[in-house]
Formats: sequence, C-alpha cells, structure tokens
Amino acid sequence: MERIKQIREALKGLGKQSATLMEVCGTHTMSIARNGIRSLLPEGVRLVSGPGCPVCVTSQGEIQTALDLAERENVLLCTFGDMMRVPGERGRLEDMDNVKIVYSPMEALTEAEKDRDRQVVFVGVGFETTSPLIAATVQEARRRKIRNFSVLPFHKTIPEALRLILSDPEVSIDGLILPGHVSVLTGRRYFDFITEYGTSGVVSGFEALDILEGIYLLLRGMEEGQREVLNNYTQVVKDEGNLQAMNTLYQVFESSDALWRGVGVIPESGLIFREQYRDFNALERFSTPVPDIPEPEGCLCGRILMGKSIPPECPWFGTECTPQRPIGPCMVSSEGTCAACYKYPEVVFKR
Amino acid sequence: MCLAVPVKVLDLSVDGTARVEKDGVTLTVMSSLTPDVAPGDYVLLHAGFIIQKLDRDDAEGRIRMIKDLYDGED
Repeated sequence: MERIKQIREALKGLGKQSATLMEVCGTHTMSIARNGIRSLLPEGVRLVSGPGCPVCVTSQGEIQTALDLAERENVLLCTFGDMMRVPGERGRLEDMDNVKIVYSPMEALTEAEKDRDRQVVFVGVGFETTSPLIAATVQEARRRKIRNFSVLPFHKTIPEALRLILSDPEVSIDGLILPGHVSVLTGRRYFDFITEYGTSGVVSGFEALDILEGIYLLLRGMEEGQREVLNNYTQVVKDEGNLQAMNTLYQVFESSDALWRGVGVIPESGLIFREQYRDFNALERFSTPVPDIPEPEGCLCGRILMGKSIPPECPWFGTECTPQRPIGPCMVSSEGTCAACYKYPEVVFKR
Repeated sequence: MCLAVPVKVLDLSVDGTARVEKDGVTLTVMSSLTPDVAPGDYVLLHAGFIIQKLDRDDAEGRIRMIKDLYDGED
C-alpha cells in the first residue's frame, strides 16, 4: 500500500498532461479493472483496452469451424477453457460431448497417443505466448509419430494489429502498456517499431503495482520527450526473448493474413502451417474451409478492441449482452473489456 | 489466456521434460524450449511448458529505473 501511495504522489508530481494509454493484453485489462487502477490516475490520463484478448479476436467463422469439427464422429476436440462459452450459430463448445478442456497442447497430444484410432484436434488460438508451445507440440507429435493429432491454426500475432491501431487517425495512442508474457517469448525489442509511430511503450508485469509503475515510467518518459520501449519486467523479459521458442514457432508456421473478429483482415497477422508440417493442419485433414459468417448486428466489439469505443456505448451492453447471455466475444471472454466493465462497474471509462 | 506462473524446477529428464513444484504439487512439464534451466531454478510456466528462467539478478536494472520513485528504498 505504501508503494502505491508513493506512486500516486509521483504521478501527481509529473505535472498536468493529457495522455491516452492503451493496455494491449487482456490479462492487463482484467488486472486494471479489478484493482481500480483507472481511479488512481491523474486527471487527463485515459486508459483504453486493446486487441490482446485471444478469444475476442477469434472470428465467428473460426468458432463455427471448431463447433463443426466437434460434431464429427470419432473426433475429440481439445481446447483451452476460455473458448468453451463463445456462441456459434448453433450452440457452444460447452454444450457438446466430444470436447475436452486442456491446460496444455501436450495434454491433447497425450489424448491422441492413448487412442490412435480417434482423431484429436487442438483449437490453436492465442498470441506469441502460446503459439510457440503449440509449434513445439506439433514437432513432438512428429517425433513420436502420432498421426491422429492436428491443430486448427487460428493464432494471431500482435505487431500488425498494433500498427493498424497506431496508424488509424480515429485513435490517438500516446503510450502502450505492452503484454508481459508475450514479451517473455518475443523479447522487448520486438516492440521497438512502435516508436516509428511516435508512441512509447512499457513491458509490464500483471500486479497492480507493476502496472502503476509502468504507467508512471511511460508518463515520465513522455514528459521528458523520450520515445522508447521500456522494460519493467526484467526478471523474465529479455531484449531478445526466448529465441529457441521463436525459432520453433517459425519452423512450423509462417505468417499469413488473418481475419480479426470485428476488425477485418489484417495482413501478415496470422500463422499458417508451413508446407512440411501441413499434415498437422486440421483444416486440410478434414477438408473444412473457414466459413464467412457476419458478426452479431450492433455489437461494438470490433471498435472496442481497437480502442475506438468503450463498452457503455454499445446498445447491447449490460442489457441484451451480459456474461450470462453474451452476444459478443468481449463479453464472453473472462479477459474481455466488456466482461471487465460489467464485473467491475465502478470502473470509470473516460472519453 | 497468456497468464504464466512461477514454479520451481525439481529435476530434468533427458526426454525434454522436467518435474516442477507448483503450490506444493509436483507436475511434469515440457522443458524443451528452455535448455538453460537447472534443478533449483525458478521458472515461468505457461500451458505446460517452461517459457523462461526467472532472473533475480537482472531485476537490478529495473530497480535502478524506478529508484527515484521510491526514493532509494529497497
């Protein structure tokens, strides 16, 4: 508590400045809401949420593909628990029998190894924290000659989405709170490009104190006229990241265009299987293209993910769309901005 | 989804797995992406893989950076 008081004093000492900061990562979104961080910031400093909620950016077509595969005979669909409640056109994964929640892609591989006559499909969602581990699991499957294992390649990468936001005249972001655990894998330097847009950043941990310190460092640097990417999570984040993991990622996958829910296609922001690993691509194995499905009408998730709207501006927020009966993914995901805003209504969202 | 937790490495196996202790429970996890870890190290675990060694010494840089904030306190 003492340190939080000191940071608040230090923030006051920075002088009056108006700034819009964006937290990129969904885990930061939840920590900021849970800890009431917005209420601790100086007047004029605005925090908006960014695109870093993997469930939120998974397209409706991708969700439907997972649901369709789970309906097939002799298929076990394995997924991280976050995906279970997202509504598709006819139901959700949690309503289906052949679906198993796993904490690791390796658990899915173990399922495949146990029963070689059954097809095990892993729903590959997530950013650079998770995709290297899925790539490593694919290599492990090849090493162990497990041929009844495949992955739905729905991963996305963060920089291209940030470039889109930072070059959009409708949003003006002065500083980014960068995702701590993505940066463990990618390294701090991965985000240096944001300074090309005149934006500063700080790689931050997830506790209230970490986030407040990060905001202080960002604002102080901006006041001094610095444009740089700072690292306030040095215990685990290095400049160069985990090279072995990133090499593994790009041995198995390569960059490709990807459809972000509510946002549209962002060039080079997805990961598809390289030629030599395409036998693990569930889309090819089951000859199932991802259908083009429109977003729920009126849902503002796309604008919220890009920092252009705040949840209370959505006509469905808190009335038709609640965590019990979510319409859009920002309410479904436990890390979504709408879920955070609904759960912690005292959160002050400034325009 | 991107949350990772610190755990302690108990021992390593030649097959690219490690046994780690998390809240008093022993888990078997993958260590193939972090060849530099050793028994006794604290590491960050995400989705069944060790993704990084926790570097206590390297926290010094951070302490320097925020020193003025706490006016020289630890």
